[in-house]
Amino acid sequence: MPYQRILPALLLDGGGLYKTVKFKSPKYIGDPINTVKIFNAKFADELCILDIGASVKNKINYDLIGDIVSEAFMPITYGGGIKTLSDVESLFSLGVDKVSISSAAFQNPNLVKEAVNIYGTQSIITVVDYKKTFFKGIKVYINKGNTNTSFDPIAYCLLMQDLGVGEIILQNIDRDGTFTGYDLDLLSKASSLLSIPITALGGASSYNDINELFNINVSGAAAGSLFSFARNNRDSILINYPQESDIPRLKI
Amino acid sequence: MKVLIVDYGAGNIGSVQNMLKYIGLTPIVSNDSKIVSNFDKIILPGVGLFSTAMKEIERLNLIDSLNEAVLVKKKSFLGICLGAQLINQFSEEGNSAGLSWLANNVVKFKQENHSLKIPHLGWNNIKIVENKTSPLLNGLNNNSRFYFVHSYHIDGNSEDTVLAYTEHGYFFPSIVNKENIFGVQFHPEKSHQYGLKLLENFLTI
Repeated sequence: MPYQRILPALLLDGGGLYKTVKFKSPKYIGDPINTVKIFNAKFADELCILDIGASVKNKINYDLIGDIVSEAFMPITYGGGIKTLSDVESLFSLGVDKVSISSAAFQNPNLVKEAVNIYGTQSIITVVDYKKTFFKGIKVYINKGNTNTSFDPIAYCLLMQDLGVGEIILQNIDRDGTFTGYDLDLLSKASSLLSIPITALGGASSYNDINELFNINVSGAAAGSLFSFARNNRDSILINYPQESDIPRLKI
Repeated sequence: MKVLIVDYGAGNIGSVQNMLKYIGLTPIVSNDSKIVSNFDKIILPGVGLFSTAMKEIERLNLIDSLNEAVLVKKKSFLGICLGAQLINQFSEEGNSAGLSWLANNVVKFKQENHSLKIPHLGWNNIKIVENKTSPLLNGLNNNSRFYFVHSYHIDGNSEDTVLAYTEHGYFFPSIVNKENIFGVQFHPEKSHQYGLKLLENFLTI
């Protein structure tokens, strides 16, 4: 069985990398190519690039994605602004390994089915964003946290699994950029109920948080702020990534 | 050295190209069946569905030219991921015949419970078959880690073609080889220093 994975999740907007708090207050982190070079030199397990501006601008930045991929000898997941099969095709031809179809998966489930038919279940993933609603229920949101789908996160993940996605990045919007730790309860439940790998995103504050996540058998730990800032301080940018010895990965 | 990356549509071309460029080569990316035999090394990358890929290879008239280059002219061949599966005789993925250079079949991972995640996704080790050596494995060992992402695997029906196994619930062949033909189930182009070493090794064969 494979080792658990640790993934920097990088938010792209225009030509720069940013980090949000609860999907708001984007703070400039740096140049994407330089940052990816650093993670490549640190032998990061994998990178997840999410373009938070692509759907608004209705434009996928293929040139930049191509440049990023050429600097990274590790798997790259790309998400953001994907609406058609031809978007998916263009991304794979650039050398992207996994394409994340998220808002479009809710609006047009057939796109996921068609992409899976062509590229295989292992190549198509989805990011499931969830947060507390005004009435304290927990629901899945699309369109950068703006549209409530009314779906319970676990039910939604099962639906996505049935559509054929090969992995789910499960992101807690309320914990995004807050350094409050992963949502272990929901992640543990999702991981045990789904047959596809789950990657956690949102809340990591320390390498120890990743240890805890790995101890409940979640297969992937993604983080943005943790790998972008020093000492949980948003004013202190420091690209970092754990060494093998910092976080023992289990084979699960 | 002339290196061809066969582009049959569903392959993950860019990354293989990037790593070869890093090594200092300028590979040609093409689906032109007439030029296949002009190359010293042929790489068949892959992301996608077995049956769809075979249909595309057939449509591009690549079967005969690949057979000639690899089986007759004995050009060094490396299949990556789906490319490694396509060189076998049959796959359960779309119930399709393959190039049939190796007498293995390709089967879906047997999943007995949810704790075994399918696809097999992530970094994993290889276990080199005892007493087997190959120039492809120079400087690599059982601690070398490679990146895998696949739901089907080669069954190792033709046991003597297996160079290394990898464990995911059970051991499946992760490197196969017959003479000038090599297939790796993982993605060397995505496997940092280990993948780089393997690709460099292949280019010396």
